[in-house]
Amino acid sequence: MTRTEVLVIGAGPAGIAAATAAAENGCAVIVLDDNLSAGGQIWRGATVQETGSSSRGNTTKRRALERLRRSGAQVLGGRCVFSAEASGMLQTLQETGSGSLVEQFHFEKLILATGARERFLPFPGWTLPGVFGAGGLQSLMKGGYRVAGKRVVVAGTGPLLIAVATHLAQEGAVVSSVVEQAALAQLAPFAASLWAHPAKLVQGARYRAKLWKTSYRIGCWVLEAIAGSDGQRLGAVRVTDGTRTWTEPCDLLACGYHLVPNTEIAQLLGCELPGDFVQVDKTQRTSLPNVFCAGEPTGIAGLEAAMVQGEIAGLACAGVSSAPLQKRAAAERAFCDGMEKAFALRRELRSLPRPDTIVCRCEDVTFGSLHGYTGWTDAKLQTRCGMGPCQGRVCGPAVEFLLGWRPVSVRQPLFPVPLQAFCFQDERVEINKMNEPIKEKA
Amino acid sequence: MPETCTITINGATRQVARGTTVAVALLLAEQPSRISVTGEGRAALCGMGTCFECRAVVNGILHRRTCQILCEQAMTVETSR
Amino acid sequence: MKPYDILIVGAGIVGSAVARECALLGWRVGVIEGGTPAGGATAAGMGHVVVMDDSPAQLALTAFSRSLWQQESGKLPKSVEYENRGTIWVAADDEEMAEVHARQRVYEEAGIEARVLTAAGLADKEPNLRRGLAGGLLVPGDSVVYPPAAAGFYLAEARRLGAEVFLARAMSASQGQVLLSDGVSLVAERIVLAVGTECDLLPSLPIQKRKGHLVITDRYPGFVHHQLVELGYLKSAHKVTDDSVAFNVQPRQTGQLLLGSSRQYGNEEPQAEAEILRRMIDRATEYMPGLKELSVLRVWTGFRAATADKLPLIGPAAGLSEDRSLWLAAGFEGLGITNAPGAARLLMDAMLGRKSAIDAVPYLPGRLMEPARPAHA
Repeated sequence: MTRTEVLVIGAGPAGIAAATAAAENGCAVIVLDDNLSAGGQIWRGATVQETGSSSRGNTTKRRALERLRRSGAQVLGGRCVFSAEASGMLQTLQETGSGSLVEQFHFEKLILATGARERFLPFPGWTLPGVFGAGGLQSLMKGGYRVAGKRVVVAGTGPLLIAVATHLAQEGAVVSSVVEQAALAQLAPFAASLWAHPAKLVQGARYRAKLWKTSYRIGCWVLEAIAGSDGQRLGAVRVTDGTRTWTEPCDLLACGYHLVPNTEIAQLLGCELPGDFVQVDKTQRTSLPNVFCAGEPTGIAGLEAAMVQGEIAGLACAGVSSAPLQKRAAAERAFCDGMEKAFALRRELRSLPRPDTIVCRCEDVTFGSLHGYTGWTDAKLQTRCGMGPCQGRVCGPAVEFLLGWRPVSVRQPLFPVPLQAFCFQDERVEINKMNEPIKEKA
Repeated sequence: MPETCTITINGATRQVARGTTVAVALLLAEQPSRISVTGEGRAALCGMGTCFECRAVVNGILHRRTCQILCEQAMTVETSR
Repeated sequence: MKPYDILIVGAGIVGSAVARECALLGWRVGVIEGGTPAGGATAAGMGHVVVMDDSPAQLALTAFSRSLWQQESGKLPKSVEYENRGTIWVAADDEEMAEVHARQRVYEEAGIEARVLTAAGLADKEPNLRRGLAGGLLVPGDSVVYPPAAAGFYLAEARRLGAEVFLARAMSASQGQVLLSDGVSLVAERIVLAVGTECDLLPSLPIQKRKGHLVITDRYPGFVHHQLVELGYLKSAHKVTDDSVAFNVQPRQTGQLLLGSSRQYGNEEPQAEAEILRRMIDRATEYMPGLKELSVLRVWTGFRAATADKLPLIGPAAGLSEDRSLWLAAGFEGLGITNAPGAARLLMDAMLGRKSAIDAVPYLPGRLMEPARPAHA
């Protein structure tokens, strides 16, 4: 058992900013993340094939990580939170090649910086090997996947598509097209609003420069992924603009429909979520007095918003005023609203799945078999949809979009864990003195 | 520490760069990571531990998310069960 | 509004089974469900179709109902996941082994096939059980089903035969009239309460909630072959006071393992509780150490509808209510899945004045007229 004053879940930009702010202001802070190293999805460590590019993103990341290190906050990677109680305890599972370890963390204040995941929408052929999420392919590239020479179509919606396409091009892939479902009219106000955010505009321009050979197809979407000659892997995609359809041969498809927030821990704790997002006040405090939330779970708003919200949450835990930052946070939230409108999903995407298209990939539940039920619980009980190990993280948001069913309540374990994880007793006690920065473990 | 490590995938030996995730090793070997409940070959989708499509048997332990595990020397990976 | 022949409140496995029986007779049937069909005690059941011999009446009903499951097994859709796995009652020591022999005789007298397994025989059938167990009793005719799909099948059959389903809460049910939460009023000759643990419609129902925890793992085909229950389960299930846990593991058709079981009185919180879960899992891994490493997908809880004498309430509500239109099919505790087809048949027999295959008197609700509740209730 480990005891700490402030526990931060997630070592992405929001979590790093939160932990840094809290620790710099005298709190004992521990940061947990399920990834092996800090950085979150956006700053996921380039573990192999370091490209050596010194883009602005990398500089921001280096600075943030360096400041976090100096703050005295302790980062523990590879820990997956599987249960949590608002009274001040949560449990994690650490998995290695050979086994797993359960740990208990007791906290006074909790900051949830759990980020977001990609939204996937089912379409015929989406279960073929060769079809990835957009962020998914990027993350696998960072895990050592070599894409040089491969023909790739990047599709879906959201600002991530361009970033992924750029990364792919840098790594030598042939990105034949970027297929963005949002209509030009829908995107235009958002693009115009970028003028108010010069940093984002510069980033956008840099992306475009790397993709001069790629066609950027706005208002188009992938209808179907088609197997290649072996029948086992992706060979081509069918793309449409709503009137015309065509086939693009490709080796890989990177397809993601923007992001959905990871709010499972917040829901388990009992935080208020009026809609999809965790409700917070100006200091990022949730409806529970000792629980704060920053970044994507409070609204998909990207890097800058995550960092400023994280800092506010960290300061709030330390009892320091964050008034000057709150204005910036409000501006970022406005950006978030604009983004949500710009990348709203078109209704044609609801008719992508055919009756035999798999919706729940864990249990192979088809779209056709989901008809005739009153809602999620009914369909889950009768079809097993969402009952597999991903616990509906993939099919849940898809079904919500396709059929309008709200997801059902979250239960522990938040992730599959070995049975013995439930038998954990407080055997090892390791208490960190309050208000004293914890030395980083060797 | 050597630049590469040797693992076996379904009995066949593969050399991979250090720091490569097991999911990526499977992609590079053009092996599906698992067979779905209706018999389809599946590979990693989300790459960040959420979708569970990259599950495989690692060192004899079933249902491991291979995108969250780095390759280690002499690791065994099986995709058939 | 044209009256129904029968209105059934509750679309769990019992209500659905009753609905199908009535629809088969050509009756005009209405089924009322305020929550999710099969989403209550049915969803919380393991789906173990098992002959139990707590009492002669329990043995008679479970044996009769199991025979109905067996008769129909060939016609059940695949989704019901009917598998004739058999039960092994696991004996830990010589004392329990003596009980194995005693029970084997009881089963045999009732015409239920049951075979005594030696320690070696048990290890051979279930290699993942720990060494050093004394043996067991194999009941080959027991089976496993997926309860929500079984209930769904019964309800779909009823609908196919003309039954109507109303997805609304029954606000009141008396004198042949049911008022629904959406304002609709339905009229029928008879009303059947198949309400699980929801006793609001008839507060005099002598039913108590008995909480249980269930754990389901990822797929591990071949890890377990039979439904395995510790013989001590009888002791724990029989107790009506303290919280208890028992080793009870079931192989699902998917290869998943479903783990029970816990029994708690006086706890109406739906949350899973760490302490009882830990006790339950400790118990399970004591018998089957390899379970420890298996990956758990979900933990959930549910409530069994328990009666003081551990027998269900099947028949007219006479004795519990003056209302002659009210009938009951309730209080099945942990045997609702096993007993649903049998209970539906007995209820129909009573309504039609037919002779039943077994003596229905022990299940008549009127027997609990002066409810002999457990002391602490």
